[in-house]
Amino acid sequence: MTDATELRRRTAELLAAHPPATTDRLDFLRARFDAGLAWVHYPEGLGGLGAPRSLQVVVDAELEAAGAPDNDPRRIGIGLGMAAPTILQYGTEEQKRRYLRPLWTGEEVWCQLFSEPGAGSDLAALGTRAVREGDDWVVNGQKVWTSSAHVARWAILIARTDPDVPKHAGITYFLCDMTDPGVEVRPLRQITGEAEFNEVFLTDVRIPDSRRLGAIGDGWRVAQTTLNNERVAIGGMRLPREGGMIGPISKTWRERPELRTHDLHQRLLKLWVEAEVARLTGERLRQQLVAGQPGPEGAGMKLAFARLNQEISGLEVELRGEEGLLYDDWTMRRPELVDFTGRDAGYRYLRSKGNSIEGGTSEVLLNIVAERVLGLPAEPRTDKDVAWKDLAR
Amino acid sequence: MTDLLYSEEEEALRAAVRDLLTDHCDAPGVIARTESDTPHDLAAWKALADGMGLAGLLIPEDKGGQGATHREVAVVLEELGRAVAPVPYLTSAVVATEALLACETDAGLLAELATGRRIGALAVALSVGPGGAYKVVRHEGGRLHGELTGIADAAAADVLLVPADDGGLYAVDADAVTVTSQSSLDLTRPVATVTLDGAPGRLLGDAEPAVRRALRAGAGLLASEQLGLADWTLTETVRYLKDRKQFNRPVGGFQALKHRLAQLWLEVVNLRAAARGAADALASGEDADVAVAVAQSYAASVAVHAAEEAVQLHGGIGMTWEHPAHLYLKRAKADSIAYGTAGAHRAALAELVDLQAP
Repeated sequence: MTDATELRRRTAELLAAHPPATTDRLDFLRARFDAGLAWVHYPEGLGGLGAPRSLQVVVDAELEAAGAPDNDPRRIGIGLGMAAPTILQYGTEEQKRRYLRPLWTGEEVWCQLFSEPGAGSDLAALGTRAVREGDDWVVNGQKVWTSSAHVARWAILIARTDPDVPKHAGITYFLCDMTDPGVEVRPLRQITGEAEFNEVFLTDVRIPDSRRLGAIGDGWRVAQTTLNNERVAIGGMRLPREGGMIGPISKTWRERPELRTHDLHQRLLKLWVEAEVARLTGERLRQQLVAGQPGPEGAGMKLAFARLNQEISGLEVELRGEEGLLYDDWTMRRPELVDFTGRDAGYRYLRSKGNSIEGGTSEVLLNIVAERVLGLPAEPRTDKDVAWKDLAR
Repeated sequence: MTDLLYSEEEEALRAAVRDLLTDHCDAPGVIARTESDTPHDLAAWKALADGMGLAGLLIPEDKGGQGATHREVAVVLEELGRAVAPVPYLTSAVVATEALLACETDAGLLAELATGRRIGALAVALSVGPGGAYKVVRHEGGRLHGELTGIADAAAADVLLVPADDGGLYAVDADAVTVTSQSSLDLTRPVATVTLDGAPGRLLGDAEPAVRRALRAGAGLLASEQLGLADWTLTETVRYLKDRKQFNRPVGGFQALKHRLAQLWLEVVNLRAAARGAADALASGEDADVAVAVAQSYAASVAVHAAEEAVQLHGGIGMTWEHPAHLYLKRAKADSIAYGTAGAHRAALAELVDLQAP
């Protein structure tokens, strides 16, 4: 087993062979990947060393101290957090070798073609069709809520390959080339004024069968790996005290005594406590994971985070009084990064409305907690034994 | 770094306490006892204190205790909360013990509390929080005079720790005062009036730091008791709703109820982190004021919510005297006042984290 000492030795070796000060950024990142120090828990030859995941911090700390460049993880979050673990679990050796390295270095950005206008919470009802033609699949349909589609080189895509079986059984998972002429990306403007997401129209897009991930008809199971990692990514950020949405409003409160009222004070303190308690819950969850005792608490983190962001930012708009009547900028922008705490209070208020929708609505997550954690009876399922083509729509 | 988990030893301690309470504190027995002459279960107390040595957890070994920390005490309190056990653990083994530890003058009494053979009670109303004002008695000619109300578990106490108007904290034998039980909302932690009519007292030390320290520990560790209470009511309500059928299906299958229970679960999960945070901070002494204030600003609403949901979701049976849900509701509601309301703790927090009032 590779331990911390061994990782430090390998990191020092990497730094000696490729001094960050005189090495091109991309060359350094490629060398780091090839040294197995990209994600140490990945297998050897795929950017890792098969080491415990918890030891990644050792490498990261050494590299940061040496001033080494990072792979700008926020820009490639979908690739790192969702596409990579799915490719690692279900990809062929050839697929893993082809895609993981440029994914990790950020040379190739990934996006996710899952949701559709007619398939949101009921994602398995999706209707984008993939029809086999020789060695290719021909894909037609429309996807939506696709962040990074306008900068992405690749997409993880789920499409219907068999409409005659129940919905979960007829889905197949593909890796889609976003430069295919049949892929059209249109900005989707949202309530903040900006267009962080896209609609993606797929017209006769040809995907070679070699870019299928997992077996034909097994796409729903493959997608679970992606979706479980999405929820971890959304709910699992580590925060210092006042690290989240509560930070800006606390700062405003301290700096602007003229805005204070007794009513706002009570509401702020209540939310401050809830934010601190949610932070402790996240910290406890991480301690459980490190100790190898994963608990069901993770299912609740995103619920808490969504509600708190919404309530805190809503209070902040109100706290600002006359300034709360203003909004910094309605221009349609195309941000490359999503920053929930960025910009002003009005933006935070509007953007956080998405927190209880994206990555599983709060209503669906409550069902998941009730059924999987508390063991309460599942919702009645009328679609289980019905062929997808016969579902109500 | 705050350790928010339970160690293996703590889990073993939990299992042992739970076993003991299963034998001693079954719900019908606790309900029957509330209307008897002895609302406190002194047999259970003896088993916990004498049998298991739990009354001395906070007391160093060289003073006759177990030399454990607030973390272990918190685990014991979780289990006592789950059983709404009518034992003076929080009041004697935590609050009175902390007051004595602050004085460091009376090793004899401390050792007696450690064994549980004597029970102590701080004679400060249960509603007073760590920074709150409390009533004192008159010290005159070496004797104490006055009446103190709302003293939790005073009926079970052998010795009362009484703050007086000269700034001192005095140990007074229960035999030397009149303890009158007050008809209490919480049947399992009743309060009483303590009347001192020229009672002799032994000076322990300065009251102010001792009372503050005692109430801070009481408030912080109460959160663990509230956690246990909330956890039991949620678990029991979920169990009942899987079993209870109406409209030809388990009532727990209705989405309106599933969502309520899932929300409640989330609150209990949060409270666990907050309560562990407070216990760990009290043990280490780091950031304890903030951690206790955070836990107590949050805990009461969760415990009360959990108990209220238990009553509501049990339907008619939850309204009966026979079903134990009411014991939990009464304890939870009284706990929302005990050692300072959530509002009082939020006000303290406003100072601690510099979010000043207008």
